[in-house]
Amino acid sequence: MHLAYPVVLSSLLFCTGLYGVLARRNAILVLMSVELMLNAVNLNLVAFDVWLSKAADETLHSGQALTLFTITIAAAEIGIGLAIVLAVHRNRGTADIDKLRDTAEGHETDGPEGPDEATGATDPAEQTEKAEATA
Amino acid sequence: MTLAQAPHGFLAQAQQGFLSPTGVEIAFLLVGLVTFGAAIVTVTTRQLVHAALWLVVALGGIAIEYLLLTAEFIAWVQVLIYVGSVVVLLLFGLMLTKAPIGRSPDADSGNSWAALTVAVASAAALVWVVVDAFRTTWIDLDGPAAGSTKATGESLFQHWVLPFEALSVLLLAALVGAIVLSRKAKATADPAKPTGPPEPTGPPEPTGPPEPTGPPEPTKEGKPTKEAKAAKGGNP
Repeated sequence: MHLAYPVVLSSLLFCTGLYGVLARRNAILVLMSVELMLNAVNLNLVAFDVWLSKAADETLHSGQALTLFTITIAAAEIGIGLAIVLAVHRNRGTADIDKLRDTAEGHETDGPEGPDEATGATDPAEQTEKAEATA
Repeated sequence: MTLAQAPHGFLAQAQQGFLSPTGVEIAFLLVGLVTFGAAIVTVTTRQLVHAALWLVVALGGIAIEYLLLTAEFIAWVQVLIYVGSVVVLLLFGLMLTKAPIGRSPDADSGNSWAALTVAVASAAALVWVVVDAFRTTWIDLDGPAAGSTKATGESLFQHWVLPFEALSVLLLAALVGAIVLSRKAKATADPAKPTGPPEPTGPPEPTGPPEPTGPPEPTKEGKPTKEAKAAKGGNP
């Protein structure tokens, strides 16, 4: 099999996922696009591993081992990502990433956000929660 | 440069028959078209649940591509982990965030044209580079499968044991992290209840039921894979 077939398919899938990450507004759809990008990388790894295992007598099978590791890390990532999205949805009532602009600089986006969070009591709690989420 | 490489290209094409694709190549091309189309629909459809279901088609197509590349173990792991658990998790996430069932007009943000430009430009650059780089490279699919369970297991547990164990620690960390995220949110949800009434009364009510279902899902999904792999490691 020509190596170009899997490699071209992989790059096309990666760019499809890239479009999804950039253009989607729902956080869960963004996570789906990230999965597409990870799968494109996995296909690339498997194709090069199969090629090199015959062409270069590479017995380490590093491509397939790295593919398994990527799949596992993707499973962990989707679990943590969905936990964060659900926490944000519970606090804000939305999973729309265009509306989560608390850390944006120099915009007047606090204006429309102001009436929603007039109490301000939930704000520090969410800030610490986000800090813990990223930590 | 291309002139200097051209004779090699023609020579290799003459040897391998570039214009007469083999059956494996035709099958790969057809499955690849289906996979790419499903991926396109996944990132462009306005019905959120349909996007998750088309993602199943795309991931299953990639599993078939793995089989065509003789990577059997990876293919079945792909079916188990991605189609079996990740898509189910995504569907749970869509349900718990109360995604609309029908068409949602705000699925795409306003910068989709910029995103399309970036994606098409990067696709053109990537395809041009990889086709130009691997124009004379063929994969030899004959002989014993390069990705059989035996070969994968031997390489994994002879050369990759330490990263494998580190990965199990990472899975444990992800497990604890998911639980901690959900617990903290629950603890802050109670003080937030007095501030809830200004907002619609929706949030407090689903807070109860989603909580038990949300955290255990990553737990169930993360654990069996590790245990299955660990059990597999114990056999040889």
